[in-house]
Amino acid sequence: MSRNQGGRRLFNRVVLYLALLLGAIIMAGPFLYMVSTAFKGQVYVFEFPPQFIPARPTLENFVKAWTSNNFALYFWNSLRVAVVVMAVVVVLTSMMAYAFARFNFRGKDTLFYLMLAMMMMPAMMLIIPQFVLARNLNLINKLGGLVVVYAASGMAFNTFLLRGFFEGLPRELEEAVLLDGGGYFTIFTRVILPLSTPALATVAIFSFLGSWDEYIWALTVINEAKKRTLPIAIANFQGQHASDWGLVFAASLIAVIPVLVIYVLLQRYFVQGLTSGALKA
Amino acid sequence: MKLRGSQRVIPYLFLAPGMLLFLAWMIYPLLRALQISVYDWKLLPGQVSSFVGVANYEAVFKDPIFWRALRNTLAYAAVTVVGQMILGLTAALLVNQAVRGKTFFRTLYYFPVITSWVIVSLLFKYLFDSSRAGLVNYLLVNVLHIMKTPVGWLASPTAAWAPIMGLGIWKGIGWSMLIFLAALQTVPIELYEVAAIDGANGWQKLWRVTLPLIRATVIFVLVMLVIGGFQAFISIYLITGGGPMQRTEVLLSHMYNQGFKYLKFGYGAALSYVLAAIVVTVSFLQMKFLRRDVEV
Repeated sequence: MSRNQGGRRLFNRVVLYLALLLGAIIMAGPFLYMVSTAFKGQVYVFEFPPQFIPARPTLENFVKAWTSNNFALYFWNSLRVAVVVMAVVVVLTSMMAYAFARFNFRGKDTLFYLMLAMMMMPAMMLIIPQFVLARNLNLINKLGGLVVVYAASGMAFNTFLLRGFFEGLPRELEEAVLLDGGGYFTIFTRVILPLSTPALATVAIFSFLGSWDEYIWALTVINEAKKRTLPIAIANFQGQHASDWGLVFAASLIAVIPVLVIYVLLQRYFVQGLTSGALKA
Repeated sequence: MKLRGSQRVIPYLFLAPGMLLFLAWMIYPLLRALQISVYDWKLLPGQVSSFVGVANYEAVFKDPIFWRALRNTLAYAAVTVVGQMILGLTAALLVNQAVRGKTFFRTLYYFPVITSWVIVSLLFKYLFDSSRAGLVNYLLVNVLHIMKTPVGWLASPTAAWAPIMGLGIWKGIGWSMLIFLAALQTVPIELYEVAAIDGANGWQKLWRVTLPLIRATVIFVLVMLVIGGFQAFISIYLITGGGPMQRTEVLLSHMYNQGFKYLKFGYGAALSYVLAAIVVTVSFLQMKFLRRDVEV
């Protein structure tokens, strides 16, 4: 009987890993095929039957995308926008979260529910009035126009996430700072922020990636070729070179690699951020 | 903390910069959209915008493309939400049981979630290429022999939903999986032992133990995915462009085209308010009917 049970366990284990492997093929397959296509010359992109391993791998797509198509510039634009947004979001939302987590003040509930309510709205419904506002403030074709909207749309969720984290911090240290004659700003910079690095890292990563990948707003306010960010450049690129998929995916990979690096190195923050945000919501 | 006298200003100082940004670029546009929606809004400075009352809203309800876009949006949401929930839960249950490679599979399944919509949309457009050399056609015709001839995915309004919805599900599985995985950790293992003693099989354990205990999470995932389903835009914009003949238009693509292609800002703003009303109502109904005594 015990041998029978052991056999059954082994069988279950094999089925489990076969299922996990099938899932892995479905999830990773498209990406692998993208990588493979990026290394194929133009004539091989639609060869029949399709080849997963290119017969004549070439780097020409990467060279062409990076040098002749301004991708270095678009990369730099995306990077600047994403870094500034990340900094602005981390500083401003942690300040707001501190106010919500530690003080009682008039209008607190109203402001808090206003932010919660905005989290439910489809962000894109604001695109027409945001465009009108950006136009009136002369922010069309400016990277600054991207920064303000990306940062503003990150305010509600990240404040909410950080407030939850701050509320869980012990208060004794803060009282000690006050007894020593320190002020609330000291508490914020010397106690709250240093104790919250994991949560701040989560906010930083998500706001960086959010701006790095954003497409619709950038498509709407950026017309000038020199101001493009990677997502618009890539989509545009596909429009222009409809069948030059090798080039499109080489450009895509240039955009994906930083994401992949951040993701693999800082994985635990993704899990933490998502689950703490989700389960407390 | 108790604040006295001039100290009362402190929380406002911490709030001010972020709140200013939030009010200026989120709340003000929200109100402004309402205003724009009752005007025949002209973008160019020289032109006069005239007040038209609810005419834009009336036009929305008379617009056959709006109704088609609404039906398409609902269908998209229904299919992708169900797909993501079932596959996300399956993935969570599988990954949760894996002794080795748990992190590996979790990381891999989650990766599509963080890749940009633009890139994966283009990728799916390429995978679903209509020629026989398109990877999906090749698999269906030459490997699995399910189809006799290659499918013209983007030429047919029905077939075009395959890459769009397929992408919606594929990209979202990892997110539901991660949330479900976290919830599964909260189910006490003793309950499964008790169920096993009572002779429950795996299926019964899932329906009688796991799902009732993670009910709050299931509802949370459902509500969030439905909201997400209503926001579908980039994949449709880049894969079909709403075509062929506007047959795959969804609410947001219709709104965006009305606003930025035809410069009908008033009409677009009215559409966005109708969309917001639908999303808020649907989320509210879901929570009201599904939540019962459970606190999310």
